Amino acid sequence: MSTENDSTGIVAVLGVGRVGTVVARSALRAGYSVNVASSGGADRIALLVDVAIPGARATTAADAVRDADIVVVAVPLGKFRSVDPEMLVGKVVVDIMNYWPPVDGHLEDFDGDASSSEVVAQHLGRSRLVKTLNHIGYHELEQDAAPGASQRRALAVASDDEDAAGQVATMIDRFGFDPVIAGPLSAGRRFEPGTAIFNDAFTRSALEAELGLSAIAQA
Amino acid sequence: MEIGIYSFGEVNQYSNGEATTDVGKRLDGLVSLARAADEGGLDVVALGEHHRPDFAVSAPEMVLATMAAETERIRLTSGVTVLSSQDPVRVYQQYATLDHLSHGRAEIVTGRGAFTESFPLFGYDLNDYDELYDEKLRLLLQIREQESVTWSGRHRPSLDAASVTPRAAQSPLPVWVAIGGNPASGVRAGTLGLPMLIGFFSGTEQFVPHVQLYRRAAEQAGHAPDALRLGASGHMFVGKTSQAARDAFFPYYSDYIRQMGLTGGAPLPRRAFEQSIERGLPVGSPQQVIDEIMKRVELLGITRWLGQIDVGNLPFGMVNDSIELFMTEVAPVVRRETAA
Ligand SMILES: NC(=O)c1ccc[n+]([C@@H]2O[C@H](COP(=O)([O-])OP(=O)(O)OC[C@H]3O[C@@H](n4cnc5c(N)ncnc54)[C@H](OP(=O)(O)O)[C@@H]3O)[C@@H](O)[C@H]2O)c1
Repeated sequence: MSTENDSTGIVAVLGVGRVGTVVARSALRAGYSVNVASSGGADRIALLVDVAIPGARATTAADAVRDADIVVVAVPLGKFRSVDPEMLVGKVVVDIMNYWPPVDGHLEDFDGDASSSEVVAQHLGRSRLVKTLNHIGYHELEQDAAPGASQRRALAVASDDEDAAGQVATMIDRFGFDPVIAGPLSAGRRFEPGTAIFNDAFTRSALEAELGLSAIAQA
Repeated sequence: MEIGIYSFGEVNQYSNGEATTDVGKRLDGLVSLARAADEGGLDVVALGEHHRPDFAVSAPEMVLATMAAETERIRLTSGVTVLSSQDPVRVYQQYATLDHLSHGRAEIVTGRGAFTESFPLFGYDLNDYDELYDEKLRLLLQIREQESVTWSGRHRPSLDAASVTPRAAQSPLPVWVAIGGNPASGVRAGTLGLPMLIGFFSGTEQFVPHVQLYRRAAEQAGHAPDALRLGASGHMFVGKTSQAARDAFFPYYSDYIRQMGLTGGAPLPRRAFEQSIERGLPVGSPQQVIDEIMKRVELLGITRWLGQIDVGNLPFGMVNDSIELFMTEVAPVVRRETAA
């Protein structure tokens, strides 16, 4: 399974809803091998994957992540505890989830000031968590993608693990966006719902300025 | 091709104070909108269901019943009935009654709901979001087929040869599945062989896979292709010219998006607004709106378009101008172009 396309790697996407299907298609287009899973068995999503994500492999969550280089968690935030932390130990994991009360209802876990990813990180304690892809509408992930272009849309990447952030940044670049390393996971607060970054689109330099990273350029 | 409007009956306010926050006035306004749509030859009026203080309509069937008395031929539908947190027996009774009052013009558009405030209100668990909808939709369909219903499930007491009356005037009473962006919802609608209403604002191309899924699932379940039917719905504003429409609509739309909490507290930037128009939001001159509807016809194969005519509780004057242009300059052209 891991033999084909090894030069680019394997992306597993957990959740094949609005966001998961688009992320999986982006990963296929970027040359990754893609495994996808929902909370149940493979046959429940077989038709969906066949039609909406042709080329991806539908399987169970545990099987999808086993040999994956990057795992994208695209389940509703209220269900994050249903993702088994054991299978993600040591894995590079992208947290794409947002706390969105009109849809999620009130979730006590996320009442505090911390970034939602810091809360998710407590659950997925031993994985290498990276927050990104959350501040772009799922439809824009395909519409705004411009692989190789200059002046394209930039996406912020936050993680306490620099190497993991780098691997995910490479994936973002292959998806057709400029990755901007925003800092540790706590910096994720700056691109969550309610922030200027969340509500608009930015090029690299504008995003760096929004994130307060352009001190050197200004000096 | 059927062309119509829908409303959520918002009662939000703007800093210029121009919107109506009086529930009674807002409901009167909706009924007169339905009358205008009926007289102007539109085919459908739909009403959403929300359970929040910034919306006047939590019981759309009540408002639709009033509309039934004031109109002659327009079809009257929910948009959507949040079936997950309702009792399908009661929903059927209400719409069967509406069907008689309107002499066969009622329809039910069911959905899982984009907002979730009805779950705690009626004592349901948001964790059962999908399962609730699935179970209740199947029960509603069974009730539609049989007057005497024997049923058991997880989320409602069992029914033992229960008689559900009155029976609707139409046979069958139309029941639609509304979907947002989740592809699995397309599979469900197809498997059940029900008409599907796709709600979105821009990015029509993205829904091509949903339609393919719908058709494939229907085929696998043995439903004939010509028994299937597609519609689309979304925000809409028609102005005399492209620029006039954008300029008039933007301040309200931007602030409304903020008020809905869709941006987490910030107004929608103008740039993002312009971009969503470029990507298919039907806001602009009559010709632009025609083009957007036709794009949905061509790419998705829809035979029903519903525009949210007063999105964000737009001031009455703007709604009246927009619906007038919609009825006189948009609808006739779309009908002509789809008639062939
Ligand atoms: N809307 C946007 O543009 C946008 C953009 C970026 C990020 N987000 C965030 O992305 C997240 C996902 O949103 P969405 O709209 O895609 O949700 P969605 O359409 O409801 O899809 C969620 C998917 O997750 C699956 N799932 C649930 N529990 C699972 C588990 N334990 N393992 C694997 N799969 C599981 C669900 O299927 P089953 O329940 O059938 O298993 C479903 O396929 C949310 O937190 C949202 O805030 C949204």
